[in-house]
Amino acid sequence: MEHDYRVNVGTKGRDAALMLGAGLLTVGAVAYWQQTRTPPRLPGVPDSAPGRTSRQSRYGDYAVSGRSVTINRPIDEVYAFWRDFSNLAGFMSHVEKVETEGDMTTWTIAAPGNQSVTVRSRIVSDRENEEIAWRSVEESDIDTEGKVMFREAPGGRGTEVEAVIAYVPPAGRFGQMIAKLFQREPRVQGRHELKRLKMLMETGEITTSQNRKTD
Amino acid sequence: MRALTYHGTHDVRVDTVPDPQIVNPRDAVIEVTATAICGSDLHLYDGVIPGVMQGDILGHEFMGRVVETGPDSTLKKDQRVVVPFTISCGKCFHCMKQQYSACDNSNPAEKQDLTEPLYGEALSGLFGYSHLTGGYPGGQAEYVRVPYSDVGPIVIPDGPSDEEVLFLSDILPTGWMAAENCDIEEGDTVAVWGCGPVGLFAIQSALLMGAHQVIAIDHYPNRLDLARKLGAKVIDYRRTHVLEALREMTGGIGPDAVIDAVGMESHGFYPDNVMDTVKQKVGIGADRGHVLREAIMAVRKGGRVSMPGVYGGFLDKFPTGAFMEKGLQWRTGQTHVQKYSEELLKRIQEGEIDTTFLISHRLSLEEAPTGYENFHSNQDDWTKVVLTPGA
Repeated sequence: MEHDYRVNVGTKGRDAALMLGAGLLTVGAVAYWQQTRTPPRLPGVPDSAPGRTSRQSRYGDYAVSGRSVTINRPIDEVYAFWRDFSNLAGFMSHVEKVETEGDMTTWTIAAPGNQSVTVRSRIVSDRENEEIAWRSVEESDIDTEGKVMFREAPGGRGTEVEAVIAYVPPAGRFGQMIAKLFQREPRVQGRHELKRLKMLMETGEITTSQNRKTD
Repeated sequence: MRALTYHGTHDVRVDTVPDPQIVNPRDAVIEVTATAICGSDLHLYDGVIPGVMQGDILGHEFMGRVVETGPDSTLKKDQRVVVPFTISCGKCFHCMKQQYSACDNSNPAEKQDLTEPLYGEALSGLFGYSHLTGGYPGGQAEYVRVPYSDVGPIVIPDGPSDEEVLFLSDILPTGWMAAENCDIEEGDTVAVWGCGPVGLFAIQSALLMGAHQVIAIDHYPNRLDLARKLGAKVIDYRRTHVLEALREMTGGIGPDAVIDAVGMESHGFYPDNVMDTVKQKVGIGADRGHVLREAIMAVRKGGRVSMPGVYGGFLDKFPTGAFMEKGLQWRTGQTHVQKYSEELLKRIQEGEIDTTFLISHRLSLEEAPTGYENFHSNQDDWTKVVLTPGA
């Protein structure tokens, strides 16, 4: 079936529409180009903020997120608690199981849609009271690496814990969006989990407003 | 158990709900013997606080008898306790600085998402005051689960009646902190907007702290009368120009400190208030701030602004010019209840502070909806409602 578009839109109107369309495309292309190209060298000095707070949120294939929390406990206690990975399932609500064998760790993590993923990781750096870093091995479901750093907080405030995680989102940006909807996005998860770690270490329990045990 | 639950704007009901249990080691369960309806509960009743869900148990002023304790609670069965409305872990940075209402840990991690984007920092937990502050079931009920029961509850010795100590849970320390935030010096005039319970206790506290005079502003005759009986001078804003009167009553200087004990639901037919009301009704997060604006205009240069009144969103037409040019100080916040408990209990025991003058109505828990309705619509006569479960 043939349409005569000029019936609806005059030449002037069509030109305007085309111009607008082209304009939108250009804006879109520029925006895409700005997001995907390597960051420009902006004039001025580099700032002191951690890279993950940059307006750029992707580094190559990796999404990077991280979060800091100050825990009012001595650094050796916080480090030791984290270093024993079997403690982590206690405050990481999405981590179903943690099994350790030498420097290899197997994490069973709840994923959207009642699925679970297995992350196999190897410790790549372990400096007492400073840093623990890990990287996934080939047979892992998710390509990820991360580290947690420990610093003595100023003024006797305890220990600053900074966790950074980089990962290749399982199904690209779309997958990341879906994960966000389910609150399973590492950024949201990480925030909750560090807060729960702080609760557990400071108060001895994980705060809940549930009125009954089996709510 | 029976409990007062939220069903929508101006719709609260007493329902039968499951009894609470000990969930965490530091918990206790309290059988409520007395609980009150707070002025700030009316903000929930009016539907202006977000994050209140159908079926939520309201109430944050309560006391009772300990019936069950977790292994790490320091309370003992049968002790009589008043429970602060703020939930505080007692171990975090803020609790250690006695900033109990800023506790880092008392709001469950997943609930902190609601306020972190809104306020830049997550709020701490409060009883019965929306899911922004944890979604904790409140105290207008037969039983309450009290988390961190080794930090919050004040054990009440034999002697004072429930009614004499109940207000240690919120409004007495809130009025006290409001006055403390005024840094009262010799010769000071303190002006207090709002003669509701917090305003009245702020008047009482300011006088105890040595204010030369306290001037109370309201329009309800009975409430102004209560303020006068406490020793305040009073202004009825419906018959008097408040700014002019305050200047003339302070030798042309203006009050040294001002207290906004009204908060986000200012009354009065002023152009700014009419606009604020419209914006609040359409739900764009606007606070009604006529009182705060007027207080900032009234206070003397270099004066102190204390704001115990509750705000939740954003305020337009904030007089930043007056605030900066006059060099004012502003102090506010939810009350650090635990910081004041001991001292205020002592003052009650010694007869220095009496809080029972405030109570106008005593109802059973079953009659709570009537209490809300009247406390809301007949504020002159209904100054404070105390509810007794099981009565």
